[in-house]
Amino acid sequence: MTALAPPAMMAEFASGPALLGGIRALRDGGVSRFEAFTPYEVAGLDELLGTRRSRLGWIVLAAGLVGGGAAYLLQWWINVIDYPLDIGGRPDHSAPAFIPITFEMMVLFAAAAALISALALGGLPRLWHPVFEVEGFERATIDRFWLAVGAGDSALDRPRHTAVLEAAGALRVVWSRAAAVERGGAAPGAAP
Amino acid sequence: MPEPIGPRDRGGTAERTDGARPDVLPDVLPDVLIGRPDDAALSAQLLATTTRPFTRGWKLGFAICGALTLLLFALVTLTVLRGIGVWGNNMPVAWGFGIINFVWWIGIGHAGTFISAILLLLEQRWRTSINRFTEGMTLFAVMQAGLFPLLHLGRPWFAYWLFPYPSVMDTWPQVRSALPWDAAAVTTYFLVSVMFWYLGLIPDLAALRDHAPTRPRRIAYGIFALGWRGSVEQWRHHKVAYLLLAGLATPLVVSVHSIVSFDFASTGLPGWHSTIFPPFFVAGAILSGFAMVLTLIIPARRVFRLDNVITLRHFDAAAKLLLVMSWIATYAYAIELFMAWYSDDPYEGYQQLVNRPGGWYAWGYWLMIFCNCVVTQLLWSRRLRRNLKLLFVIGLLVNLGMWLERFEIIVVSLSRDFLPSAWHLFVPTWVDLGILTGTLGFFGLLFLGFLRLVPFVPVAELKQLRAELAHEEAA
Repeated sequence: MTALAPPAMMAEFASGPALLGGIRALRDGGVSRFEAFTPYEVAGLDELLGTRRSRLGWIVLAAGLVGGGAAYLLQWWINVIDYPLDIGGRPDHSAPAFIPITFEMMVLFAAAAALISALALGGLPRLWHPVFEVEGFERATIDRFWLAVGAGDSALDRPRHTAVLEAAGALRVVWSRAAAVERGGAAPGAAP
Repeated sequence: MPEPIGPRDRGGTAERTDGARPDVLPDVLPDVLIGRPDDAALSAQLLATTTRPFTRGWKLGFAICGALTLLLFALVTLTVLRGIGVWGNNMPVAWGFGIINFVWWIGIGHAGTFISAILLLLEQRWRTSINRFTEGMTLFAVMQAGLFPLLHLGRPWFAYWLFPYPSVMDTWPQVRSALPWDAAAVTTYFLVSVMFWYLGLIPDLAALRDHAPTRPRRIAYGIFALGWRGSVEQWRHHKVAYLLLAGLATPLVVSVHSIVSFDFASTGLPGWHSTIFPPFFVAGAILSGFAMVLTLIIPARRVFRLDNVITLRHFDAAAKLLLVMSWIATYAYAIELFMAWYSDDPYEGYQQLVNRPGGWYAWGYWLMIFCNCVVTQLLWSRRLRRNLKLLFVIGLLVNLGMWLERFEIIVVSLSRDFLPSAWHLFVPTWVDLGILTGTLGFFGLLFLGFLRLVPFVPVAELKQLRAELAHEEAA
């Protein structure tokens, strides 16, 4: 599903463990396209959804190496090629003196890459998202744990899965009719 | 390993010194979080710090800090217009207050990074409640610090010459000098601190976007929250990025004050030319930073009634670290004396063994020893570590002591170098004193604004900690 496609169904839970219970119950019913929104990281959620380790580390490593390497090369080029200065008779290529700036630029590039890729990989910045239209979703940043199932999940069955989720402790189950949120219109109706 | 959770009885008969909560039993160190408020209650309490009414006390605080900030801007203008001749700097004391204040302020920032990054990697739970507070302290302290070398250049409008750019003059910075290293280190430190702070802040900005009382506020917080929705995908990358930033900030914080110390150690001046300088400076920086943390957090905790999230356990741990750093500084002072004697260098010996303890500025040396090495020994006592009034006073004294340490290093060494014919004392002018006071006001102004605008106790992190604690207690 594309990032902006509204989910077909969303369910609200009162705690992290309850959310995990809801996911397990649906998964046993054959549903597979899960998404969850939580006010803080819930232990066990990643494992349950089978998300892989973030590849952000590799991006940060590459950015750090590029930043440090570029800083060293620039210092070398300044001091050896373009503008050599005789400082106390030391060699133009004075590696130890180049290390502080090399290190600092490595850290700066790596840190900037970490921030930017954490946002970009998480689909940010994007100020509006269909899930924000769901009634009660504003508590997803406070104390409610929301489960969403993507529109393309054909295993989803409204009456059966509503009952499954309510049995698993869902406070509210919201279905999006034809998997579309009426923009500018009312939010999708609450559970029947 | 994380610390064991729950109240720990350490025996003994110490008194209750905080007197705040009835459930704090005498001599039982409280938990990092008193009570188990649910997520909604914790969010309401911590997000409400941004919506407290502007009482007379707040207005007074903003007015005083604002006035001092205006004083700072006026004196900076005077310095730029007239040149740094309005300062007390002379030959040979060419560094004076400019560099003392620079080193002091940037050192204060270091405890913020220490708490937020190093203690995160060490899985210290007591960091959670206070990390954003101390990161804010770092940012604002580094902003004050950056002002001083800039003005000390004399012609601050040429500061960009420190950075490599293809200049029409066909020249480049001299990257084998410590000055461009400083520029790279301080710039990187500031930017990385901002990024680390902002990344941790995003989930809480999203909570304010959803729950701030007025629409303009919601829009403003919403823009800075960037549309955060707390999806699994967002948390997954957020967690890794936050840990990586902590891992990057850890060597960074050590490097910054090491590089600052290179400004000194790479010269030949007696009292500066020493290999102990990098670790000595880093430990001193963290010592002064912890002192500033205590100075700021004790009043803030009282004003915002945060006794349940910033508990005596936090103060106990911070006080112990203050004691550790104080001993490292004491060790460094002792090694300086020993090496001066052992090296048999007459200049070094005169500087360390005669001029510092017995010269014109000896009062500063002994006051420094008193503040940084003697007063801190009170913290051996478990009872005194939980006496907040005493901790506040110790914090102020260590701040003073660490300022004096930089005064001793810079002024005493420079004023009496090799040739007696070149010796000259240093006396600050009113502009020096006004700029130092002004930066204190500017720092205070930024800090008060920070306390009012964003939740300064990380809400999402604390809720997660609460969930972990509840899980462990259930297990």
